[in-house]
Amino acid sequence: MTADYDIELRNVVKEFPTRGSEGALRAVDSISLQIMPGEFFALLGPSGCGKTTTLRMIAGFEEATSGDILLRGKPMQGVPPFHRPVNTVFQDYALFPHMTVLQNVMFGLEMENVSRTEAEKRAKAALELVRLTQFDRRPRQLSGGQQQRVALARALVKRPAVLLLDEPLGALDLKLRKAMQYELMTMQNDLNITFIYVTHDQEEALTMADRIAVMDKGKVLQVGSPEEIYETPATRFVADFIGETNFMEGRLVEKRGDIGMVALKGADCVVEAELGAANPQVGDNVTVAVRPEKITLLRLVDQDDHLHSVPAAEIMAAVERETNKTLVEGVVQFANYIGTDTRYIVRIGGSIDLVVRVQNFGERFDTLFHKGERVNVFWATDTARILVE
Amino acid sequence: MAISLDFSRSPGHNARERTQGRLLALPALLWLILFFLLPLVIVFVVSLMTRGRAGTVTLPLTLENYERVFTTYLPTFADSILIAVLTTLICLVVGYPLAFFISTRERKWVQQIALFLVILPFWTNFLVRTYAWKVILGPDGVISALAGGGVNLLNTNFAVLVGLVYGFLPFMVLPIYTSIERFDFRLVEAAHDLGANDWRAFWRVVFPLTLPGVAAGCILVFIPAIGAFVTPDLLGGTQGFMIGNLINQQFRGLGHWPRGAAASMVMMALVVLGLMFYAWMNRRRN
Repeated sequence: MTADYDIELRNVVKEFPTRGSEGALRAVDSISLQIMPGEFFALLGPSGCGKTTTLRMIAGFEEATSGDILLRGKPMQGVPPFHRPVNTVFQDYALFPHMTVLQNVMFGLEMENVSRTEAEKRAKAALELVRLTQFDRRPRQLSGGQQQRVALARALVKRPAVLLLDEPLGALDLKLRKAMQYELMTMQNDLNITFIYVTHDQEEALTMADRIAVMDKGKVLQVGSPEEIYETPATRFVADFIGETNFMEGRLVEKRGDIGMVALKGADCVVEAELGAANPQVGDNVTVAVRPEKITLLRLVDQDDHLHSVPAAEIMAAVERETNKTLVEGVVQFANYIGTDTRYIVRIGGSIDLVVRVQNFGERFDTLFHKGERVNVFWATDTARILVE
Repeated sequence: MAISLDFSRSPGHNARERTQGRLLALPALLWLILFFLLPLVIVFVVSLMTRGRAGTVTLPLTLENYERVFTTYLPTFADSILIAVLTTLICLVVGYPLAFFISTRERKWVQQIALFLVILPFWTNFLVRTYAWKVILGPDGVISALAGGGVNLLNTNFAVLVGLVYGFLPFMVLPIYTSIERFDFRLVEAAHDLGANDWRAFWRVVFPLTLPGVAAGCILVFIPAIGAFVTPDLLGGTQGFMIGNLINQQFRGLGHWPRGAAASMVMMALVVLGLMFYAWMNRRRN
């Protein structure tokens, strides 16, 4: 049988019985996913969102309450973990403490009844792949990073169709984590194995994954490439969980094609943003989301100030020519210099504070503003989104 | 077993505090010298002497007692070792699954009740419980009644074995329970993930990692089993005659102290061998 997907989940539900009372805790709430062969797929969400349970169901440690899990087109219902063509890199590695590094890696091959010499050869090759040479050490004699590599080699040596990784870098320090991220990506690319990578670290997911499924409360909220997830979040939760976002509450007052005008709550101010997939009606309460780096601050053009006003006037003219835009006046409340950027808090409409990130190009571009300064706040309409939930 | 009090790593760093630390160990040390080491030396000396008149001991020094132990009484020693080893094995085979069952109960209170039931027999005197077995296994006992009467299991090695397994099973269950309780079952998931079925996951991962408990349990059963006296006396009669009974017979029945002392020394050597095996297992693991 040919299958289009390496892994397919159809309306998968997982309920855990709750102790003491009737009913059940729904850890995974009817999720459907299609994962392509060779894809680096991330399950991203806060703790308790059901991402690890989903992974454990794919591995076979948990049985789905309802729904189907298909591996390369074959239903996995009732198939025990030791008969599934997937392998797992566990969160805290779960290395066998009574075995050496080499024995740990050989274990999976011995279970396939691979001959000893062949198993040893392949185990050593796998350890070489993860750049480990201390074959005779016990796991506890290794650093966290080294244990991580053993866990990886132990899973990869089985040549799984799909490798499942459960927060594999969570226990490592930042620098090592960055290095391992790069190594994992390279390895995945070279081996062309499908990776399903569970993480709560949005930056990690954005960096590594081809596609991301953002999960919350047992549901998949959005599936897409890192760019789609970041640029066009489907819900407020997604926008909030991934990166930094300004949210403005308001009421939709007008629709013009796929653009909406929103009157902000508690402020005398109307902003423009793209209508999302939810497509609210005029009069609905909505939220406008805009990323801090999409907002541009412009110096008010002072006719008397020739020293600064010339470039400012030029930019202003360009901005005014823009058709789909939001251009409102604001006051700088805070200016926070953080090296590459300056982070501003700017108040618009008298009561709404926005975070704005401005890259520090240097004095020539005249992008430094000071506290209390009145500025023009501008964003192109297609960089802001209207969300309903 | 000797009590060792090591104060070398206690907070006291200067010489005076260390001396005070040692002083704390003094009562125990005196106790051990007076009531353990000294009697041991006496027993050893007696074992090398000759039997005198009316249960006394006299010179000359001789190895004849040991010679007798290793010739005439060798079958008793062989039987005792066999029974002790069998007791240990049966306790292991029965106790491991029980300990596994108890330690894998999800609810803590179920575990606690199960453990309580395991140690509950200790609430009654060992002698009383052994007499109870005498009733059960005897010609008028339950088993005999079930079989239609006339079955007497008393005064057999089997009866001794039953009594010993019954008596020492908790000593096997408790240490194994502890080591399974501490076992990280995610390792079983890892083994499953790597293609091991339940059987192979158990023998390759669970059992090796719970060996400390198994070794401790085996020692705790083997040592009292090899020196058992009451159980073989009550349940074994002349058939289930063990080292403990031999020693008793020599000292009290025959008044042959030197031979009883020699038998005691040999039995102690067996216990020490058991302990050495345990130490060796521990060393190998580290």
